[in-house]
Amino acid sequence: MGINIMMNYLFETKNLSVSFRMYGKGFSQHLLRAISNLNIGVRAGEILAVAGSSGSGKSLLAHTALGILPKNAVVEGGMAWRGAPLDAALQTRLRGREIALVPQSVAYLDPLIRVGRQISKDRQTVSRLFARYHLKPGTERLFPHELSGGMTRRVMICAALAGNPKLVIADEPTPGLTPHLAEHAMKHFREIADGGAGVILITHDIDLAVRHADRIAVLYAGTAVEAAKASDFADAALLRHPYSKALWAAMPQNGFAAAAGAQPYAGALPPGCLYAPRCPECGPACVAAPPQPRSVRGGEVSCCHAH
Amino acid sequence: MALANLKSVAIYILRGLTLLLAVSLLSFVLASVSPISPETRYRLSHPGVSDENVEKMREYWGLDEPPAARYLGWLGGILRGEWGTSTSYRQPVLDVIGVRFKASLALMMAAWVLSGVFGFSAGCFMAVFRDRWPDRIVRRVCLFMCSIPTFWIGLVFLAVFAAALGWFPFGLAAPPGVPPEAVTLGQRIHHLILPALTLSFLSFANLALHTREKLADVYAGDYVLFARARGEGEVRILFRHGIRNAMIPAVVMQFGAFAELFGGSVFAETIFSYPGLGAAAAAAGTGASDIPLFLGIVMFSSCFVFIGNLTANILTQAIDPRTREGAAA
Repeated sequence: MGINIMMNYLFETKNLSVSFRMYGKGFSQHLLRAISNLNIGVRAGEILAVAGSSGSGKSLLAHTALGILPKNAVVEGGMAWRGAPLDAALQTRLRGREIALVPQSVAYLDPLIRVGRQISKDRQTVSRLFARYHLKPGTERLFPHELSGGMTRRVMICAALAGNPKLVIADEPTPGLTPHLAEHAMKHFREIADGGAGVILITHDIDLAVRHADRIAVLYAGTAVEAAKASDFADAALLRHPYSKALWAAMPQNGFAAAAGAQPYAGALPPGCLYAPRCPECGPACVAAPPQPRSVRGGEVSCCHAH
Repeated sequence: MALANLKSVAIYILRGLTLLLAVSLLSFVLASVSPISPETRYRLSHPGVSDENVEKMREYWGLDEPPAARYLGWLGGILRGEWGTSTSYRQPVLDVIGVRFKASLALMMAAWVLSGVFGFSAGCFMAVFRDRWPDRIVRRVCLFMCSIPTFWIGLVFLAVFAAALGWFPFGLAAPPGVPPEAVTLGQRIHHLILPALTLSFLSFANLALHTREKLADVYAGDYVLFARARGEGEVRILFRHGIRNAMIPAVVMQFGAFAELFGGSVFAETIFSYPGLGAAAAAAGTGASDIPLFLGIVMFSSCFVFIGNLTANILTQAIDPRTREGAAA
C-alpha cells in the first residue's frame, strides 16, 4: 500500500477493531471481537463493495463509520476522513451531512411520519430529489407503509442524498428487490459515484458487486482478507487470498463448491490468520500471528502465501 | 379518508350497541336467578308480613309474568329513560346514578390524569435510562406497585397519611356537618387526594412499565438507528420518534383502563367512604340488594367502559396512520 494511494482515500480504516463488552454471570466481563484489524479505504468517485457472509461484520462497519454503535462497543485502531483522524466529534459533524447511510428497508423510516418530512425539512429539496428519482408528486404525503418496494428504495436513496453527502454507505440495499429493481438501484449508486461521492456498498451478493462495483473488499470474520478490482473476480487465478478463491468457487456459475468448515465465532477467534483453520495452504507462520496487509498485483491482501 | 374513518366509528358504535344488549340480557338473567329474590328480600325486611301482602307485591313487581316479558318490559324502560326506582334510596335510579357519578367522575378523572401523566413520564424516564440504575430502581418500584391490591394500599394510605400523620381526612367527599353549598373547592380536593392516589396506583405502574417496554423497543429499532445515522440528537429522537410511537400503546391502555378504573373505584370509594358510584354499586350489590339500582349501574358502567374503548380506537387511528382504513392513496 503506497503512501500516495493512502492519501487519496476519502474514508479509510486503519487496523480497526470493534468489540462488544459482554456481561457474564455476576460481574464478569468479556469482549466479543466482531471486527478485527480491518483495513479498507474508499476513494471519491468509486464504488467499493464490501462483501462477505453473514456475521462477517459488514453492517457493523457501517455503524462504526457513522459512530452509531451501541454503548457497549469498544473501538480500537483508527479511521480517517480525507486523511485526518475520524473521531467522535468529527463523526457528529459529518453524520447525516457528509456521510450518509442508505438503509435496508422501510423499517428504517418512522411509521408515524410522512416520508417527505423524513427526507428533509426543506420541501424544495424533497421535491427536487423525488423528481430526480421519478417519484410522483404527492409521494411526500404518504406514510412509510404506503410505499411499494421500489418506491421505498428510491425514498431511502433520497433520504441519504438530502444532505448532499461525500460518502454514501448503502447497507444491503438490494435484498427483497426484483432483479430489475436491484439493477435500477445500482444505477442510482453509480450516478452518485459519478457525481463525485464515494460509495460503500455493503452486500453479500458477490455477483452484484462484481457487476457494479469498482473494487471489492472481501470480509471474513470481521477482517478484510482482500481488496481487489471488481474485474479480478472474473477469474480465480486473478484473486490473491485463499478465501476469495473459495468464495469465487462457491458462486453458482463457477461450480457451486462450498469450502469445508465455517467462519469462526467472534468469541473464539484463532490467534493467527483468521482463515487459518480452513485454509488449505496454512503453515506454521499463519497460526503464529495475524498476517499484515500487503500489496500484491495491484490489490491488497492479508495472507502470507498470496503472490 | 375521513369517510372511511366515519364508517369505522359507525361500526364500533354498532358493535357497542350489540354489546350493551348482551350485557343487559346477561345481567338481567343473573339478577333473576339470584338466590335473594325481591320476594325473599321483602320478607326479610318486613318480618311477619302476611302472604296476602307478599302476593300483592309480587303482582305489583310483575314477578309472575314470564321472564321474557319481564326482560322486555325492563329493557323498554331503560330505552325510554325510566330506569326504575332504587329500593334503598327511594329515588329514581337515573337520579341516584347522576348524583353519584358526578362525585365518582371527579375521583376517577383525578386518578386517571395522575396515572396517565406520571405513568407515561415514568415510562419514558425508564426507557431513556434503560438498563442503567435509574431504570432498575424505578422498574422495581413499578413492579412492586403492580403487585399491590387497591384495597390494601388504600388501607395503608389511611393508616399512614390520615391516622398517623393526620395530613388528610379519613374519608367522605367533604368535611362532615358542613352543608353541601358551603364546601370549598380546597376541601373537596383535600378529600379527593388519598382516594385518587389509591385508585391511580395500579394503572400508574402498568402504564409506566408498558411505556418503558415500547419506548425501549423503539430505541432498539431501525428507525431510531437511522435517525442517529442522520445526525438527529438524543432529545430530538425522544420527542420526534420516541414519544409519538410510545403514545400508541399508552393511549390504548389508558382509555381501555376505564373498566379497571371503575372496578377500582368500588374498592377505593368503599374504603374511603367516598359517596360515589362505586360505593353505591358495592352497597346495591351486597347488603342493600337494590336490584334496580344495581342493574342500572351495570348498564351505565358498560356504557362508560365502551366509551373509553371507542375513544381509544378513534385516537389510535388519529395517531397511527397504519390503522386507518382506506388511507392508502
